[in-house]
Order: sequence, then C-alpha cells, then structure tokens
Amino acid sequence: MELNEFVAHFAEQFEETDASVFTPETVFHELDEYSSLLALSIIAMIDDEYDVAIKGNDMRAAVTIEDLYNIVKSKM
Amino acid sequence: MSYNPFTLEGKTILITGASSGIGRATAIECSKLGAHVVITGRNAERLQETYDQLEGDGHMQVIADLTDAESLEQLVAEMPQIDGLINNAGIGYTKPITFIKQSDLDAMFAANTYAPVLLTKLLTKKKKINKGGSIVFTSSIAALVENMGNSVYSMTKAAIMSFAKSCALEFSEKGIRVNSVHPGMVETKLIHDGAISEDDMQKDMLNYPLKRYGKPEEIAWSIIYLLSDASAWVTGTQSVIDGGMHLK
Repeated sequence: MELNEFVAHFAEQFEETDASVFTPETVFHELDEYSSLLALSIIAMIDDEYDVAIKGNDMRAAVTIEDLYNIVKSKM
Repeated sequence: MSYNPFTLEGKTILITGASSGIGRATAIECSKLGAHVVITGRNAERLQETYDQLEGDGHMQVIADLTDAESLEQLVAEMPQIDGLINNAGIGYTKPITFIKQSDLDAMFAANTYAPVLLTKLLTKKKKINKGGSIVFTSSIAALVENMGNSVYSMTKAAIMSFAKSCALEFSEKGIRVNSVHPGMVETKLIHDGAISEDDMQKDMLNYPLKRYGKPEEIAWSIIYLLSDASAWVTGTQSVIDGGMHLK
C-alpha cells in the first residue's frame, strides 16, 4: 500500500471537493462535504481496495488522511 | 392471582437466531411465561449460554445453519409439533449503494430472506405447526424507513415483511396466524457491525423521540403478545417497536 495512492482513493469518494485539496495532512473531518455517508463510503473503499475492515471508531480516531492510512496499514 | 391472557403455558415455540440479541431475550422471556422452547443458532457456545438461562424444563437446542439446505432439513426433521415459530435469525450490512457486490446480495438474501421463507415452508408442509399456532417474523423498521448505507438490509427485511403478509393470507385456512415485528435500533451485537462510531450512535439515539435505543426484551414482549392467545384475532400485521423513530 502506498500513501499517495491511498489519498487518491480517499479523494475519489468525494463529489464536490476538488482533488487538489487532498493531501496526507488533510484534516478530513473539517471538509464541508464530509458526512456519515462519506464515512461509510471510505470504510467500504478500504474494504474493497485493501481488504481491511475498519470501524466507525477508527474513522473518528483519525485526524488526517495519513492517520487513517496508518490505521489501515496496521491492520494489513 | 394467576390471570394472564399473555401466558405461553403449554405452548412449544421454535426460535431461530437464539444465540444472541433479540432471539436470546425472546427465548428466555418465552420460557419465563411457561413455554417449552426449541432454540437454534450457528454458534454452539453462545447457544448453550442462552440454553443455560432458560427457566423451567422440556427445552431443546439444535445447532443449525439455516442457509445450508441439509442443515435446514435436519432441523425440521428433529422438530416436535410446535405452536409458535419465531423467524428471527438475521445478519447486518451497512454499505453505500455504490459499493454493493453480488456476493453481498447473495449472502444477505440467503440469511435474512430465503432461510426464513424455506424454514416456514418446510414446517408448514410437514404440518409441524399446530392449528391455532402463530408465526412471527423479525423484520425491521428498516423495511419501512430508509437510512444511509442500509439499502440491502432494508430490501431483505421488506421482502420478509411482504412474505409474512402472504403467509397470513394462505395460512389463515390452517388456523395459523402470521405477523411481523419491526424493531428500531436495539442494543445488540448486530448494530451496524461497528461501521458507525460510538459517538455517532449517541447522536443517533437522540433522533429517537424516546431518546434511546431499544432493549432486546422490549422486542421480545411484543413477539410474545403475538404468540399468545391474547392476539388470537391478529394476523397479517406489522408491529413497530422503535421508540417513535418512524414519526421522524
């Protein structure tokens, strides 16, 4: 798993937010478009792409996209 | 005083998915009201935990995977005559529509829809349910109210609600009543499979007019009403037990 690729998959779940906004340091909970449905989409994307099951509490614990990347990595 | 129109004294009741949650609570409550219960589940250890909490005697436990045709036939073959059937076993699933896979649909419909349909068919075909008997399906408020990420679960539960109504019509000739119960969020292990964070669940609870999720016993008591002779003129209904969530 590679960080930039993870950020790209993360960004793909959004409709309105410009792709350039997404970096490893992005504090994703603060994005206007972030919602409960997007959280579910990101959990499902991680399951599809990385075969890792993360929980709602993991989404909550992660501040930046890189934090989430590290959580996923620790479960691989 | 022994007056109790809700008694289950003398009735034998089969409960699927009895190894946890609503199924476990229903089995225990039924035994407390005098029923002989037959409990089934996939997990031997957890099924035994339920069995150990049953009151009275004459109970049975059968380990079965209802999505497996052979296991299903075996269960039906082992069944005594029954007065009540609670089709309760089910699994959860929370994914947005854009992530649905064929294999997820197959697994969800197999467990939540096909298994209870086929169990009901086999038991009635083999005339294992006595005249005056009652069948209850554990559907969900999800069959009536949509939620983000819940499309597949909702479909399986709406299908079983519809099947319950068909059963009510066809089995009226056999003197068997059929109803479904529709719980809102109940504090069981099945809750969203962890996809929703605890924080979000706390917030979600506040959306319920009664400001909390349900307890498994609160669903059990509604099921017990539908099993008892107190509901002898009730068939083809949908009982909503959701702390008022459907009002929102």
